[in-house]
Amino acid sequence: MNIVVVIRQVPDLIEPIEVDSSGTSLDLGTASFIVNESDDHALEQAILLKESHGAKVTVVALDFGDVDNTLYAAAAKGADRIVKVPCDGDAPRPEAAAAMLAEAIQPLGSDLVLVGVQAHNELDGVLAPLLASQLGLPYVGVIRGVKPAADGGSVVVFKEFPGAVMAQLSVRLPAVLGILGAEQAPRYVPVSRIRAAMKSTQFEEQTVAAPAVEPQVTIRRLYPPAPAARAEMLSGSETEVAARIAAILREKGLVK
Amino acid sequence: MITLEAPKGVELLEKVAKSGEGQSPLGCMQCGLCAASCPLGEAMEFPPRKLILQAMAGNLDKVLQSPTLWMCVACYTCSLRCPRDIELTDGLWPALRDRAMQQGLQPPAELQETFENIFKYGNTLGKSPRQRLDWAKDLDVRVLDLSKEPRPVDVLWLVGCYPSYYPRNRGVTRAFARILTALGVSWGVLGTKEKAIGECDRMFGEEGLFESLVEENRKLLDAQQFGTLVVLDPHAFRALQNYYPRFGAWYPVQHYTTFLAERIEQIKPLLIKPVEATVTYHDNCCAGRRCGYYEQPRALLQAIPGVKLVEMARNRDNALCCGGGGGGMWLDAHIVAHGGRRLSDDRVRQAADTGADTLAVSCPYELARFEDAAKVTGLEGRLHVRDIIELLAQSMDLGERSVS
Repeated sequence: MNIVVVIRQVPDLIEPIEVDSSGTSLDLGTASFIVNESDDHALEQAILLKESHGAKVTVVALDFGDVDNTLYAAAAKGADRIVKVPCDGDAPRPEAAAAMLAEAIQPLGSDLVLVGVQAHNELDGVLAPLLASQLGLPYVGVIRGVKPAADGGSVVVFKEFPGAVMAQLSVRLPAVLGILGAEQAPRYVPVSRIRAAMKSTQFEEQTVAAPAVEPQVTIRRLYPPAPAARAEMLSGSETEVAARIAAILREKGLVK
Repeated sequence: MITLEAPKGVELLEKVAKSGEGQSPLGCMQCGLCAASCPLGEAMEFPPRKLILQAMAGNLDKVLQSPTLWMCVACYTCSLRCPRDIELTDGLWPALRDRAMQQGLQPPAELQETFENIFKYGNTLGKSPRQRLDWAKDLDVRVLDLSKEPRPVDVLWLVGCYPSYYPRNRGVTRAFARILTALGVSWGVLGTKEKAIGECDRMFGEEGLFESLVEENRKLLDAQQFGTLVVLDPHAFRALQNYYPRFGAWYPVQHYTTFLAERIEQIKPLLIKPVEATVTYHDNCCAGRRCGYYEQPRALLQAIPGVKLVEMARNRDNALCCGGGGGGMWLDAHIVAHGGRRLSDDRVRQAADTGADTLAVSCPYELARFEDAAKVTGLEGRLHVRDIIELLAQSMDLGERSVS
């Protein structure tokens, strides 16, 4: 089975996020980037399938936000091929990203494309379905596990619904899956293996034409939400704040 | 069937033997002093003696999969008592943990997060590197950031992760800045460029992470001119003194207790306010048992007017570990699950048994560990945990006292 995993870098929220002077985008000049959490799960799911049933895992990533470090870690975990897609500067919006990724993925002849179901800067989770639409493949999302079916031409996927309901679905291949979580937490790989991967891994580059996607939605203004009038902002020393929190919890009857 | 190939356990023990850490584990005579000395030995499926036995018998995988692997808290008691001078703490355990991870076995989840924090952010707490110098905000003494204004100094102070970020430790950190200034030494820090020294990574068996930190720290330190490095963390002291030189990175380094004890005649006239307290001192494992600095911290405490120093029954080379070394700081849930208790809880009870009202410490982990332990054991309010630096600063009347 040929599995493609899409990896995206997202701003690391360890640093405060600021709106730039244009007022319509974030100032990412000093931001650091980390791998999108559900993409990391998608990679783990792919590696688990490779280990249990044999598969070739190709990671495809848009080249922004210090993606190299994440890709070396992916190689150390067991990805067989790494394909970088050059893109100019910042992360493209989902419509453009889907078009670029589709062009890079098309020639790979994949049976299964795994994408994180959403990203913290893309909570709508539209990338994976847009990608499926570009590739002309079926899509199913919010997946928490994937098993190959006996017929070889489909997979059984485990989809989460609200209210603690899980569904087993059969999906004909090829298909795109939006991964919420892998069957196990993304594995830890020792830094020595990552360092070895840095020396031995060759990235492939797949240049794609920048797509002429007309955005249907434009950002008019980005701003931090104003605290609601009901919120009480505590200030003072740590001791004073802690005492106030304790008093509030008592007032509300949450602790005795 | 006769096999001439050495089992892979033996191969690993031979590798430890060649690492230069102590004598070969193949010389173990199975006396069991290590197991009997280990504060968690009775809870271990494979205490050190059995680790070696199983490895020699070719049962390495059994050992690597056991929860025992992540229970050593690096107190060094077994290493120091071993009659064959086998370096169990610095040699055997990290090698076993490294092998486990190389084979794809997963360390406990709580530890993975710490590894990732160090790899991504250069500190164990997962904080922004840009906030590393925030402890110095509005401080009444000048903190020279050598990464921005390089110049020769007497002391390059490597502040450390907990002292830089952990709220309870920051008061100690600020107090030490005032003490250094009061002593008239020229000193500076690496500011937001400072990174973890990585002792914990090496003890965890994360050799690759440790190596990358050595490389990065070398670049930072080689760009500076200083008389000596001073550290608050005895683990960092141990790493800089013992492991960094193995990579060709040799720097003069002192734990702060030694640095201050050398200047005790200069400090004594500055100790103007009595600190009325009955104090017992907890010997940390790295500066204490491993390196033998027992008297320096005690000399500092005894120089403080009003302090009455009393000893716990277990002191100096027989001191009970706080349970925070060798990764233990990030393995409390694992160790409680498999060992049944936290060593820090036992240790605060021993401290209270002396009748002391104050437990003095000199390791950044211990404030958090022992204050938590005091709460859990019902000793909160009766046993105050104070760093030696706080007691000195109080007697020197150097401004704010951190909350205790």
